[in-house]
Amino acid sequence: MAFNYDQYLRLEKMPTLWCWGCGDGVILKAVIRAIETCGWKQDDVCVVSGIGCSGRFSSYVDFNTVHTTHGRTVAFATGIKLVNPDKHVICVAGDGDALAIGGNHTIHGCRRNIDIKFIMINNFIYGLTNSQTSPTTPQGMWTVSQKSGNIDPTFNACDLAIAAGASFVARETMLDPKKLEKVLVKGFQHRGFAFFDVLSNCHINLGRKNKMASAMENLEWIDSITTPLKKWEALPEEEKKNKFPTGILKHDEEAKEYCDMYKEVQAFHQGKRKAITQDDFAKKI
Amino acid sequence: MEMREVISTGNDLAAEAAVDAGCMFFGGYPITPSSEVMHTISDLLPEVGGVAIQMEDEIAGIAAAAGAGMAGVRTMTATSGPGVSLKAENLGLAQMAEVPLVLVNVMRGGPSTGLPTRVAQGDVRQARNPSHGDYRSITLCAGNLAECYTETVRAFNLADRFMQPVIVLLDETIGHMHGKAVIPTVEEVKKGIVPRKTFTGAPEDYRPYGVGADEPAVLNPMFQGYRYHFTGLHHDAKGFPTEEIETCRKLIQRLEDKVMMHTDEIELNEEFMCDDLEENDILIIAYGSVSLAAKEAIRHLRADGIKAGLFRPITLWPSPAKRIKHFTDKVKNVLCVELNIRQYTEEVERVSSRLDIQGLYKVNGRAISPYEIVNKVKEMI
Repeated sequence: MAFNYDQYLRLEKMPTLWCWGCGDGVILKAVIRAIETCGWKQDDVCVVSGIGCSGRFSSYVDFNTVHTTHGRTVAFATGIKLVNPDKHVICVAGDGDALAIGGNHTIHGCRRNIDIKFIMINNFIYGLTNSQTSPTTPQGMWTVSQKSGNIDPTFNACDLAIAAGASFVARETMLDPKKLEKVLVKGFQHRGFAFFDVLSNCHINLGRKNKMASAMENLEWIDSITTPLKKWEALPEEEKKNKFPTGILKHDEEAKEYCDMYKEVQAFHQGKRKAITQDDFAKKI
Repeated sequence: MEMREVISTGNDLAAEAAVDAGCMFFGGYPITPSSEVMHTISDLLPEVGGVAIQMEDEIAGIAAAAGAGMAGVRTMTATSGPGVSLKAENLGLAQMAEVPLVLVNVMRGGPSTGLPTRVAQGDVRQARNPSHGDYRSITLCAGNLAECYTETVRAFNLADRFMQPVIVLLDETIGHMHGKAVIPTVEEVKKGIVPRKTFTGAPEDYRPYGVGADEPAVLNPMFQGYRYHFTGLHHDAKGFPTEEIETCRKLIQRLEDKVMMHTDEIELNEEFMCDDLEENDILIIAYGSVSLAAKEAIRHLRADGIKAGLFRPITLWPSPAKRIKHFTDKVKNVLCVELNIRQYTEEVERVSSRLDIQGLYKVNGRAISPYEIVNKVKEMI
């Protein structure tokens, strides 16, 4: 029987604001299936999004949802998670959201290894604001802010997340939703910061001016720049640069999770509060 | 009210007050001269099962605090002027989404990096509207050590009553002042806590933002069966983005009216030796640490036969317009004393409809001494 998404959607908010053929819907469905596979109750899940096309993700799904300021998803999620360490907090951000304006928060979320699931929908462009260069836009591509071709070197988000200390890092594309769902489930079930770089299409604002004006052409391009990790590892060094490995790139089950560590802080401070009375002060001097 | 005597600093008292008022989360970032608030609350919160976290920057500090506020707990951040500049963005979100939180700003010299270790009151105008758009900021200002405690407690109660951020202004002098303060006992503080309103009906009937024209949102804690949406966009009764013309107008008008139609619940002033003031006497208007010097000056002036009194707003924004007007209508010689240039004087001019308000301003990072005020008053008469 086909999966019934209705329970998890705010159907009155449909149709979405996303363009025809956008990958965001495929990712949204994969996230919902992964949540169901994990057995998480809707009331126990909080979805936090930022600004951009991906920012609207939170308003379409029927969980506790927060649409924050640009780039700040992890920071808000950190507050939500720390006062609810047993609940499930998922961030959804775009590539500009996560790596440009919110880069600092992304780095430090990874470093703290707090149990937040961070899904970066990477469409290589600022879509909602119409085609400005993002940190993941490939060099040479036309953008509205760099019409002679982007000269900015491209960010490898997973390398960043691994280096910053995220304990689970994966890259998938929306080309294979089943595989994406599997990887999401693995990351959701992992306790610690899970970073997902999910490659998606934006044939409207990236493709149209870069010779992939249809969703299919855009997706074929994504397919051409990705390869499963095992195959990628076997590639000659020169060719590795041109491909993004997909799959689970890091899974460290030993790394300590931040909320768990904070419980030790709470234990340390038990019974340590000193009354600020005059008597105490007199004793001190 | 049962009181206790304590010896502490202003910054420590703000932290103690937060914990006593039921704060369970603090998101901060180091900045002089407010860092001690974070140092102290980092010791206090874990013990009561709360969380204090030093975030990666000022923006994240308030974002985490607002996140905890959305989740449903009492929450705080502390900073100084440069930090407020950075936090402005998320203060705006908290105003729009009606997230209660307390921001303590221990003021130092500005603009920009300014005079980090020196006193100023340069953030008074900033506190009125830290970020873009229409809303009414609630700003309290501690004028002595005890008020670092009591105003922080009051800020938490006001935040939950009006469902929005409340700013507590300390300044470097008060924040780092070390001395005796007489403050309410913890039991008294606990008795005075009025938690935010919640909705207990069926989840399908819940309209977090569907409230009366002058009422704040009713936001239930997260994860308790009421799944709704927070956004910084204009939103409808359920919290979802909308561009519907009337809904948008009503929302912003409500953000204005929920505060401005209930200023009596927010206003708090001290009127020091004001009862006997007549037309030709002196009215001094001052707030924060400057008011301590003003009181001392008034005692000296009165000893010299010059009748002066102090009007001290404790709630700076919204300003106590009627009370200021009452005094400025009565007394001819009005002197505003501030550690900035005319930031509150302009408000006094506005509400009094007078352009002859005198001023004594200092912006070199040093406190104003009582003698400077005495000399200024003697020049005036």
